[in-house]
Amino acid sequence: MKVLWIAGNTFRENIRDKVLYNLVTVAFLLVGGALLLGELSIGYEMKIIIDIGMASVSLTGVLIAVFIGISLVQKEIEKRTIYNIVSKPVSRHQFLLGKFLGLLFTLAVNVSLMVMAIFAALIYLNGRWDWSFLNILPATLLIFMELVLVTALSLFFSSFSTPVLSAVFTLSLWVAGHFNNDFLSFAKLSKSPVAEFTCRLLYYLLPNFSNFDSNAAPTAIQQAGYLQTPEPVVLLAAFAYGSLYTVLLLAAAAGIFERRDFK
Amino acid sequence: MLNLQEGAGECNQAMAAVIETIGLSKTYRTGFWKRKKGKALESLTLSVEEGEVFGFLGPNGAGKTTTLKLLMRIIRPTSGEASILGYSIGHPHVYSQVGYLPEQPYFYDYLTAEELLSYLGRLSGVPSKHLASRVTDLLKRAGLFEARSLQLRKFSKGMLQRIGLAQAVINDPKVLFLDEPFSGLDPIGRRELREMIQQLNRQGVTIFFSSHILSDLESLCNRYAILHQGRLLDSGKLEEALDRESQTIEVVAGGVRKEEALCLEDLVQDMTQIGDRVRFLVPREAGLTRIVETVERAGGKILTIHPVRPSLEEVFFRRIRVPSAAPSAISSAGMSGS
Repeated sequence: MKVLWIAGNTFRENIRDKVLYNLVTVAFLLVGGALLLGELSIGYEMKIIIDIGMASVSLTGVLIAVFIGISLVQKEIEKRTIYNIVSKPVSRHQFLLGKFLGLLFTLAVNVSLMVMAIFAALIYLNGRWDWSFLNILPATLLIFMELVLVTALSLFFSSFSTPVLSAVFTLSLWVAGHFNNDFLSFAKLSKSPVAEFTCRLLYYLLPNFSNFDSNAAPTAIQQAGYLQTPEPVVLLAAFAYGSLYTVLLLAAAAGIFERRDFK
Repeated sequence: MLNLQEGAGECNQAMAAVIETIGLSKTYRTGFWKRKKGKALESLTLSVEEGEVFGFLGPNGAGKTTTLKLLMRIIRPTSGEASILGYSIGHPHVYSQVGYLPEQPYFYDYLTAEELLSYLGRLSGVPSKHLASRVTDLLKRAGLFEARSLQLRKFSKGMLQRIGLAQAVINDPKVLFLDEPFSGLDPIGRRELREMIQQLNRQGVTIFFSSHILSDLESLCNRYAILHQGRLLDSGKLEEALDRESQTIEVVAGGVRKEEALCLEDLVQDMTQIGDRVRFLVPREAGLTRIVETVERAGGKILTIHPVRPSLEEVFFRRIRVPSAAPSAISSAGMSGS
């Protein structure tokens, strides 16, 4: 229960944080821009709106997950608000989990609001509601799962590193993770055993963010653009992979956090 | 006047160690490769008994805040052990029964006073059905009820200190840890805090606090410890220490004039005529018999004899071997926390 109180307070903090509002504003501007762009692309208006809208959901979500994620714990340590929490009957892993869930809840609200904005844009174009619009939801869930993993990465790095380095590490892994399948292709093509081993190691070690988009063929995001849904097995595999990786990252972060001194 | 706790019984007379540290040490590693070692606290062994007000003294960098942070598990000890209420620190049972006010407390500035107390009350394990009334009660007692909907970023330092105290006692603690609680408070705030500490102690709460204002500490604590450069220099009962440190005896005689006692000049430190009385200040080792005889021979009589006790400030400076009159980084009025 204490985890939920901490999560609730983190959500409240995020909502009262102006950075979040700015990011949401940027996202709404992007969707607005997509509407204008849609007007210029005859016959593909809805696809362009969905594509740009989903890209906005993903991009703003990642920015929130990284930049708020890295300061989730750091801010509490720097401002010494953590003194008032660890001196209460709350364990450090409860605190960490609460902060994580609080940011996830913020992201869920953010993603939901943006999806509603996309629906509004689609209704505007289509002239009425169509149940096929809901076919963008599986792709949205995949984006959310990706955001869960990015948040876990931010929290993991911020449990032992500075905020700037944590942001660099997380964003680097997010970018590298989207090209993760290329490591496997390099390993197969490589003639050097050392290079092959290194590429395979990186493939298995780094978070594979392509699971949440380009790994599915045809991709979930592309399908969403045509208002089609991906196979359930693609969704399940991505969720299983994302959940397992997130649990491992949180366990490692909790282990480091448990031994840390708050000066 | 603040009155932040009720319902507790009168001070329990049965003495038992409520806080105990054995060889508690903290070493920080610094530098890029973490090779440099800095000892913040060296083998601290002390115990605080139930119902005491324990004062923790020391100049900057003495290790006072480090000790409190170790007890509150904000930092981890390098070696040694510590227990609170019979449980080893870190045991989940401990922290539902203690309260803590950090030095210069900082709270979530986006929360209102009411939201902060509700949040920290829930984390402290205050049952939901009692929480709202407890929060309202504390806000009233802390004089912050009118400001309950104000965000903490708009609070003055004194108001923050009061909300800090309110959150520290929200769970009706058995032991209260206060780190430099008088820091930055005006005289009215200091008096209110003194009264609050005394009241909590009368209700049975054991209080462990550090302060840079020695006069406040002297008026409050039963026992004290002096820490210097991470080492415990002295600890014990304040009354006993002040008696022990007493080096002068004051003798007041009536019915005698200063001129009649001039033969005692070689024996006394100071002699003052006050009306029909003479006040002698005599070194402790000097014989009192000659003074008594001389006074009686002159037809006077001894009215009072009592040791002149030093202040806690004098004891403190003697312990850390810094002359109290000398200009120093340490001053009785302005030491900041370690």
